[in-house]
Amino acid sequence: MNARRSGLGWHLLLAPIALAFAVPFVWLVLSSVMSDAEINRFPPALWPKGIHLDGYRYMLGNALFPRWFGNSLIVASVAVLSNLLLGALGGYAFARMRFGGSRLMLGLMLATMVVPFQLTMIPTFLVMKWLGLIDTLGALILPSLVTPFAVFLFRQFFLSLPREMEEAAWIDGCSRLRVLFSIVLPLSRPALATVAVLTFLTTWNDLTWPLIAINHDTRYTLQLGLTTFQGLHHTKWSAVMAGNVITVLPVLVAFLLAQKTFVQALTSSGIKG
Amino acid sequence: MSTLPRALTLPPQAAVEVPVAARRAARRRARRERATAWAFIGPSVVVILGLSVVPVVWSLLLSFRADDLVTPSRWVGLDNYRALAQDPNFRTAVGNTLLYTALYVPLSLVGGLALALALDRKIRFIGLYRTLVFIPFVVSATAQGVLFSFILDPEFGVANALLHHLGISSQGFLTDPGQALYLLVLISLWSGVGFCVVVYLAALQDVPPELVESARLDGANRRQVLRHVTLPALTPVTVFLLLWECITALQVFDLIYVTTKGGPLGSTTVVVYFVWQQAFQMFTAGYGAAAAYVLAVALLVAGGALRVVRRRRGRTEGAVR
Repeated sequence: MNARRSGLGWHLLLAPIALAFAVPFVWLVLSSVMSDAEINRFPPALWPKGIHLDGYRYMLGNALFPRWFGNSLIVASVAVLSNLLLGALGGYAFARMRFGGSRLMLGLMLATMVVPFQLTMIPTFLVMKWLGLIDTLGALILPSLVTPFAVFLFRQFFLSLPREMEEAAWIDGCSRLRVLFSIVLPLSRPALATVAVLTFLTTWNDLTWPLIAINHDTRYTLQLGLTTFQGLHHTKWSAVMAGNVITVLPVLVAFLLAQKTFVQALTSSGIKG
Repeated sequence: MSTLPRALTLPPQAAVEVPVAARRAARRRARRERATAWAFIGPSVVVILGLSVVPVVWSLLLSFRADDLVTPSRWVGLDNYRALAQDPNFRTAVGNTLLYTALYVPLSLVGGLALALALDRKIRFIGLYRTLVFIPFVVSATAQGVLFSFILDPEFGVANALLHHLGISSQGFLTDPGQALYLLVLISLWSGVGFCVVVYLAALQDVPPELVESARLDGANRRQVLRHVTLPALTPVTVFLLLWECITALQVFDLIYVTTKGGPLGSTTVVVYFVWQQAFQMFTAGYGAAAAYVLAVALLVAGGALRVVRRRRGRTEGAVR
């Protein structure tokens, strides 16, 4: 009886707190299905009368919005795939192979992790301009192809694997590449998942770099498009909120499907990094 | 760094051959190994070092120049830094950044710890509570900004509607220079505290139960256990979070760009916003680079100071024991 009562006390404390964190999302979804008349009056309605999908229709019928979604999807998926590939290759070389300069290169890569982005953003813009990539998706993809974090995380993970199997395969004449792909990577699902999740999250959510590197609205990412759209359509709140729901949805779905991986990835990124 | 791989043993057939041939084969093999390794790390080295070491140096050079990103730049020595020291806008930006950091960092740590302690129990729906507290963290700053610009819109926002129902007069919220920065801290806390919660929750699982048990047996009450057992065990995590949240707070940009664009009246202009404005709106890239260097040095000092504190504390603790 006593234990149950104390449990109830915790519910009375935790339920309102959890609800407070959820309320903005509830309002996001509610307002995205309100009619303009319900939103554009003071005080606005607190609950929609019926579901109006005008906002969603407006965004999806818009010539640009689906394009922004596509751009974000392209940038994020290329970044995820290439971080997995290049991170694993680099991490494997640093974990298992002996070569001159390996310590120096690893040290330099780790050192770049403390360099804040603001310090590099102006020259990175100039480098991209020199490469002729400004205002193309290439400018967004190239810097996110591989991060020092991915290389380092794979290295640490590979070091924790037993090396006997690899050595046997190597002596049997398998190339390093084959060993990596057919023996090591199938054992590395946690590391692959962590890198994939974090890369997707950071590239999908990024605003600063697209803001700098992209000018033309057909090449906006979703985040950049959403802010500009909001700035231009101040009174079209239901459409803005519908766009916001669509922007948030992929991340939320991915998070709810793989919550454990997300949480582990995010905590490991901090604690080990 | 004792983890470098040891030399692989040579395959047996090489060992029975004449030594010269064996040595030559080994050398060939080492050369091939080196080539493979460089092929493996090559792309990462080019991308990572090319887009960080090169820009870091370039940025430093830029900060000694007057550059508009279009016409050729000229050398101005320390003029950019001198001008920064006298620029009232930069001073405001530094002040706003420090205020934001001074509010956000302690609140996110204390709030995160309190929530983690509350969420660290096995009751029904605990998974749901944890999920709801954490989920704002994965939402982009853009989406947060757009959402809260709407909620806090002085005319159409639901916040003023609620105040209206309570009989409180309408507020300017993000359009009020006296409120904007504090509201931005609150929005950041809504999305950022979940990270502290998750990290603290993970750390709480690692507090040795025997320690808590023996403190209890020695007659310590709940508060004493928290103060003398749990909190000291969490110190390394707290130091990490302190550093992490400081870095996050000093670099805040996206949320501000989306919600207030540094306004109203410069009340939410932070250092990164200042850098961005100088470089990509005013086209005074050299000046922006100098401001970025000031911020980077501050970040490095903060990181270094924390490391020193941590090391010293580790030493005194060792001495006590």
